[in-house]
Amino acid sequence: MSLKTILLLIPLLPLAAAAIAGLLRKQVGRAGSHWVAILGVGVSFLLSAWVLYQQIFLGMETQNITIYTWMISGGVHFEVGFLIDHLTTLMMTVVTFVSLMVHIYTIGYMATDPGYQRFFSYIALFTFSMLMLVMSNNFMQLFFGWEAVGLVSYLLIGFWFDRESAIYAGLKAFLVNRVGDFGFLLGIAAVLYSFGSLDYATVFAAAPGIAGKTVTLIPGMEWQWITVICICLFIGAMGKSAQAPLHVWLPDSMEGPTPISALIHAATMVTAGIFMVARMSPLFELSDAALSFVMLIGAVTALGMGLVGIVQNDIKRVIAYSTLSQLGYMTVALGVSAYSAAIFHLMTHAFFKALLFLGAGSVIIALHHQQDMRYMGGLRKQMPITWITAWVGTLALIGFPFMSGFYSKDSIIEAVAESSRWGSEVAYWSVLLGVLITSFYSFRLLYLTFHGQPRYRVDVGAGEHPPDGVVQHAPHESPWVVTVPLILLAIPSIVIGYLLIGPVLFEGWLSDAISVLPHNNVLEHAAENFHGPVAMAKHAIGTAPFWLMITGFVLATFIYQFRPALADFFKQKLPGIYRLLENKYYFDELYQKLFISRSVRIGRGLWKKVDAGVIDGGLVNGSARLMGNLAARIRVWQSGYLFHYAFAMIAGLIGILAIWVVL
Amino acid sequence: MLTLAHFLSLGAILFCLGVAGIFLNRKNVIILLMCIELMLLAVNMNFVAFSRFLGNMDGQVFVFFILTVAASEAAIGLAILVVLFRNRRTINVAELDELKG
Amino acid sequence: MPITEIVFYVFSLVMVSAGVAVITVRNPVYSALFLVLAFFSSAAIWLLLEAEFLAIVLILVYVGAVMVLFLFVVMMLDINLTPLKEGFIRYLPVGIVVAVLMAAELLLVIWSKGSFDQGAFPIPPPNPVGFSNTKALGELLFTNYLLAFEAAGVILLVAIIAAIALTLRKRVGEKRQNPAMQVRVQRDERVRLVKMDPEPRQGN
Repeated sequence: MSLKTILLLIPLLPLAAAAIAGLLRKQVGRAGSHWVAILGVGVSFLLSAWVLYQQIFLGMETQNITIYTWMISGGVHFEVGFLIDHLTTLMMTVVTFVSLMVHIYTIGYMATDPGYQRFFSYIALFTFSMLMLVMSNNFMQLFFGWEAVGLVSYLLIGFWFDRESAIYAGLKAFLVNRVGDFGFLLGIAAVLYSFGSLDYATVFAAAPGIAGKTVTLIPGMEWQWITVICICLFIGAMGKSAQAPLHVWLPDSMEGPTPISALIHAATMVTAGIFMVARMSPLFELSDAALSFVMLIGAVTALGMGLVGIVQNDIKRVIAYSTLSQLGYMTVALGVSAYSAAIFHLMTHAFFKALLFLGAGSVIIALHHQQDMRYMGGLRKQMPITWITAWVGTLALIGFPFMSGFYSKDSIIEAVAESSRWGSEVAYWSVLLGVLITSFYSFRLLYLTFHGQPRYRVDVGAGEHPPDGVVQHAPHESPWVVTVPLILLAIPSIVIGYLLIGPVLFEGWLSDAISVLPHNNVLEHAAENFHGPVAMAKHAIGTAPFWLMITGFVLATFIYQFRPALADFFKQKLPGIYRLLENKYYFDELYQKLFISRSVRIGRGLWKKVDAGVIDGGLVNGSARLMGNLAARIRVWQSGYLFHYAFAMIAGLIGILAIWVVL
Repeated sequence: MLTLAHFLSLGAILFCLGVAGIFLNRKNVIILLMCIELMLLAVNMNFVAFSRFLGNMDGQVFVFFILTVAASEAAIGLAILVVLFRNRRTINVAELDELKG
Repeated sequence: MPITEIVFYVFSLVMVSAGVAVITVRNPVYSALFLVLAFFSSAAIWLLLEAEFLAIVLILVYVGAVMVLFLFVVMMLDINLTPLKEGFIRYLPVGIVVAVLMAAELLLVIWSKGSFDQGAFPIPPPNPVGFSNTKALGELLFTNYLLAFEAAGVILLVAIIAAIALTLRKRVGEKRQNPAMQVRVQRDERVRLVKMDPEPRQGN
C-alpha cells in the first residue's frame, strides 16, 4: 500500500462505516452497526498511529499530496488534498483515539436507545469530517470539514429529536455557528482575493508580501489587510471553539447524548478553531493587532466561563463551562504566539475532558438520566472505577503536577507571563485566577457527585419517570464497555504531558507546521529554563499557579465537605453576583432582545408579505390567474370551424400583401 | 414577349382562385382539399418560372419536393376523410366543431 | 404574335377557366376532373418554361395517382351534396371580394414596381440542343439535395403507412391471413389420417 492509499483510507474508512451503519441499518442490525463503526474508526486510528510512528522514528518528511482536482476556475484550483505534517498527524491520532474510545463507550451508554445505528452512523461521519478538516491542505477542504462537523454536531445535539429542548439547542448551535462561519467565509474570501489561491503552501509563502497593505473598511480608519483577514478567520474560530461572545451554544449542546458531549463538544470539534488558528500561524504572526484580539477574547472566555461553572448544578453543564474556560486558555496561548502550547493543551485537554465527560455519563446512566448534582452524592462506594478515573481527570484538569494538564496549562501561563503583547497583563491575571476557579468548580463537582451522603433515595415502586431525587434501582458500576474507555483515557490523561512536553513544546517538533516570528517567541525563554518534566514539576511547587490551585482545592473541600451551609450563605449574601452567574451574564437574554426577536419579526414579515403575498399571491398564482383570465377571453375565438381559421389566415395574408404593396 | 411577370400573374390568379374556392365551398372537405391542390399548383408555377428566368435548377428541385409532400398530404388527408365519413356519415365541415375552446 | 405566346395564352385561359370550374361546379366528381384539366394545362405551360421532367411528372404521378385517388374517394363515399352547397350564394360576394382584393394586390406587386419585367429578368436563351433537363435535375437531386431526397422518401413511406393504418378496419366475417400462424402450423392441424375398412364391391 502506498502512503497515498493509507492516507486516503484514514478518512474514508469512517465514512464507509457511517454509510453502512446509516444506510443499511436494517441489514446490519444493532451489533453490526457498532462493529462496523468501531472497525472503521479503529483501523483509521491504527493507520494514523502508523503515520505518527513513521514521522517520529523514521523521519518521514512533510507530505503535501493533491488527491483530486475538483475544478479550475479563473486560475484558482479547487482541490482535495492532504497536508501531513506533525501537527496534522498529532490531531489525527488524538481525534481517532478519542473517537474510538467514545465508540466503545457508546455501546454501553446507548444500549437501549432506539436510534442506536443512527448514532453510530453519525459519530463515524463526524470522525470522517474532522479528519478531512485536519488533514486538509487547502482552505476549501478546510471549510468543507468545518461545515461537515458543524452539521454532524447539529444532528447529534438534536439526536433525541422528540425533546423540544434538544431541537432548540441544535438550532441554536447551528445558528450561532453560522455567525462564526460567516466571518470565516469572509476570511477565506479575503485570502482568495489577496493571494489568488486557496492552497496553504502558496498562501503562506505569499503572506509576508502583503504585510504592509492597508485597507479602509470604515471611513477614516485604516486597517492592515492581514489583520482583517486574521480577525475574519478568527471569528470563525470563535464560533466553532465557542469563545465569548459566540459561546452560548456550547452549554446548551449538552442536550445531546453524553458520548457526543465528550467527543464533539469537548475533545475534538470545538478545538477545530484552535487547530485552525495554529495552522494559520504564518498569517496570524504578521498581525499583532489580530493576535491581541485573539488573546483578549481568550482571556475573557477563560475567566468568565469558569466563574459561571461554579454556580451550575447540572453535572454536564459544569463540565461544559469548564470546557469553555479551557478553550479560552488555548485561545490565550494562540494570542501570545505560543501556538504549540495551545496545541499541546488541546491534546491533553482532549484526553482528560473526554474522560470527565464519559465519567459524568457513567454517573448519569447509574442514576437513570439524572443530571442534577443536587440529587447525587456518595457514589464513590458504588462506582469505584468511575470515581477513580474522575479523580484522575480532575487532577489533570486543575493542573496538578505530573498530570498532563499541569504541563500544558503551566506552559501557557508561563508563555503569557513572558509575552509583551498589548493587553497581556490582563490575560495573565485572567489565566492565573482561572486556575483557582478551575480547581474550585472541579472539586465541587467531585464532592457533590462522589463524596458526602447520598441525596437521592431508592424507591422500587417509583415508576418509569420518578421525580427528582428518586431512583428506581440502586446505582451500580457501569458495564465494561463504559469503564474500559475510562481507564484507557485515564492513562494518557496522566502520562501524556510528562512524555510529550519536551518534544512538542521545546524541541520544535511542531515547527514544520507552526511559524513564530523571533520577537514573538515567548516559549524560547521557557525552553531555556526547561530541564526535563520532573524539574518543571518540582519548580512549579513554589509558583503562584500551584498555590492558587491548592487554594481552590481547600476552599472547595471546606465548603462542600465540612460546611455545606456556607455555599447557601454566599448565595444569599451576594445575590447580584449569583444571579449574574446563574443567568450566564444574561447573554441569552441580550441576544434574544437584540437579534432574535427582531430577526423573527423580519422573518415573519418576509414570510407573510413577501413570500405568501408577493411571490405566492402575485407571481405564482397571479401569473396563472392572468393567463387564465386572458385565455377565458380568447378561447371563444377558437370556434372549431375550419373555415374560420382559413379566413383568419387569408386575412393575415392580405394584410401582409398590403404592406408589401404600400412599400 | 413573355416576361417573368406573365407567369407570376398566372400563378397569382390561380392562387386567388384557390382562396376563393375555400370561401365558396366552405363545407365540403373534398373541394377544400382540391383548392389546396390548386394553390400548391400556383406556387409550383412560380417556382418553375423563377427557375427558368434565373437559370437555376434549384427551383425545380423544390417543385419536386413540393409534389412529394403534396402527394403525401393528399393521401393522408383523404384517408382521414374516409375514416371521418365512416364514423360520422358526413363530411360537412360545419358539423365538425368539437375541437374548440 | 409568336407561337409561344399563343400557346401561353391559350393554355392560361384553359387553366383559369378550369380553376373557376373546380370551385363552382356542384358535383365533386366534375371538380376533380376540372382539376385534372388544370394540371394538364399547367404541364403544358411548364413545357414552355423548359421544365420538361416536372411537366411529365405532374401528369404521370400527380394526375395519374393523386387525382385518381381523389376521384376514387369521391366516388366511393356516398355523400349527400345538398347541405354541402348551402351558403354558396351567400358567401359568393365575400369570396369574390377577397379573391379580387388579393389578386389586385398580387398583380400590383408584380406589375407596378417593375421588379419582374424584362429589365430585371431578361428572357433567357433556350437551352442548347441535347440539353437534358432530367439529367440536370438528377445531378442536383443526387448531390446537393441527397439528404432531402432521402427524407422525401421517408415521408412517402410514412404517408403510405399512415394512410393504411387509418383506413384499415376489422369487419365481421372477414377472412385474413396471419403469417405467424401460417408458419407455426403443425402437420396434425391440417392432415387427418383416417383408417377405413375397404367397402365391399357392389352388385356381386
